[in-house]
Amino acid sequence: MPETLLYAIEVMTNGLMAGVLYALVALGFVLIYKASGIFNYAQGVMALFSALTLVGIMDGQVPFAHLINAVFGTDLHHFGWTLPALLSIILTMGVMVLLAWAVQRFIFRHLVNQEPIILFMATIGLAYFMEGFGDMMWGSDIKKLDVGLPQGMNSWIDETTFNALGYGFFIDNLDIVAAVVATVLVGVLVAFSQYTKQGRAMRAVADDHQAALSVGISLNFIWIMVWSVAGFVALVAGVMWGAKSGVQFSLSLIALKALPVLMLGGFTSIPGAIVGGLIIGVGEKLFEFFVGPMIGGATENWFAYVLALIFLVFRPQGLFGEKIIERV
Amino acid sequence: MNAQMHPQDGYTTADGRNIGPVLMEMRNITLRFGGVKAITDISFDIREGEIRAIIGPNGAGKSSMLNVISGFYVPQDGEVWYKGQKRPPMKPFQVARLGIARTFQNIALFEGMTVLDNVMTGRLNHMKSGLIAQAIWKGRAEAEEVANREVVEKVIDFLEIQAIRKTPVARLPYGLKKRVELARALAAEPSLLLLDEPMAGMNVEEKEDMSRFILDVNDEFGTTICLIEHDMGVVMDLSDRVVVMDYGKKIGDGTPDEVRSNQAVIDAYLGVAHD
Repeated sequence: MPETLLYAIEVMTNGLMAGVLYALVALGFVLIYKASGIFNYAQGVMALFSALTLVGIMDGQVPFAHLINAVFGTDLHHFGWTLPALLSIILTMGVMVLLAWAVQRFIFRHLVNQEPIILFMATIGLAYFMEGFGDMMWGSDIKKLDVGLPQGMNSWIDETTFNALGYGFFIDNLDIVAAVVATVLVGVLVAFSQYTKQGRAMRAVADDHQAALSVGISLNFIWIMVWSVAGFVALVAGVMWGAKSGVQFSLSLIALKALPVLMLGGFTSIPGAIVGGLIIGVGEKLFEFFVGPMIGGATENWFAYVLALIFLVFRPQGLFGEKIIERV
Repeated sequence: MNAQMHPQDGYTTADGRNIGPVLMEMRNITLRFGGVKAITDISFDIREGEIRAIIGPNGAGKSSMLNVISGFYVPQDGEVWYKGQKRPPMKPFQVARLGIARTFQNIALFEGMTVLDNVMTGRLNHMKSGLIAQAIWKGRAEAEEVANREVVEKVIDFLEIQAIRKTPVARLPYGLKKRVELARALAAEPSLLLLDEPMAGMNVEEKEDMSRFILDVNDEFGTTICLIEHDMGVVMDLSDRVVVMDYGKKIGDGTPDEVRSNQAVIDAYLGVAHD
């Protein structure tokens, strides 16, 4: 096989892996949008916040250390312990559930039956609040996140492909882990929403509030549950991104890459978020590889958005979005 | 026969059915929206096994009363007694968990889900097994799901909607949607079934069908039913006892025959000049 084709396949594979991470963020959006009609602008910041919290808990950082030091003139920074990764992840999940409760209790409970645009504005506010809160709680320096996931080139794939094709594929172990985790996560979420009582209740709430109440579903409980699940998805995304490129505040910007993913996949479809993420991941890598050199590169910055724009024109509900059934 | 009847007593209807003691009692209910009184000091009871109707002209406060029973509205004054206990103010989902199911005047179904899924939501409060067991479909969850499906299939069979079980509700015509909503309420095996204008917007044939279903449900499952209707003819054929409301007040209460001959009721329906 010619070298270029092999190289293109390698680029595509890496694109798939990047797409998995986009899909993970998009998934969080879809969950909340489906269940409550809220487009949660803060999903990316939730990923950042969860990653910050995870690092903070693992390293035994004192939360609000700067604030406490400034007020009391102390010099706190670390408790002086490090916690195992699994325990830290469980504790972080607890924090995310608490966050879900607070978001529901202090924001959205007061905004029931408001226009979607108002709910959207509220999530923008929430995003900036959480970004500042995360900064205040854990500090704004770039942190290294190491939960023990394998990193670096997978030498087995490299060797096998080199022996078979005469060209070694470079695939990062972390990307493989991310793909496996994302696949398992999607399986779990689909099983949850299709086969469990809570999943059925969640779909019911997404469809009609009044009807849901009349069959004995507590809206408040379902909403807290959905925000918790979205928090869990954010945590997974945060861990993957954080392990890949360090926990930094630019992490919240990946939320913007999830927007074109959603436009492609449809705002209400879990498979759509996955397929959309993969298409964008592969698409932008291949476009950069083939077309990039001709037009001066840096296409990865805008390719996804242009693709989304084209979709909006020709298929506004996305690939998997709900068809609009209308009886006249 | 009503006012003097003891709460623990039953009675026998004209067609020979035995009615049990009081299941639900409304005591001096008053409901206001700002300065507007929707319901003024109304008391009545619903007995086990009975078909109880609330009738009245448009705007009489019937739907408000049903919403008080089902917890969607909380009255400013008065007490709601259910199964011999005073019911504290509750959210609608808590009321539903007590075994009170309802339908809506404007139909509230899960439009994106199939008929079967809609009816299955009626069983949500009968599912007790753990989350993981449900997801992997093992042990208690499996037995539970099978039992729930049996109830649902029975209801679907009973209401003759087998043919549309896999159809998304959004595609159904109005009359069938009403029937699916009734199916979902029945699937909960409620102690008390509330029907808000079950015949509204239907043609004569559909009304006859619905009347038959209501009678059959009461007969077959022994379900206590409280329904609202403004079509006098239908109500009189269907119900055992009738509460008549007008301008938020109770103006009559009794068997269809008693109510029919009540002068205040005749005035309210035919309209007389209010002085």
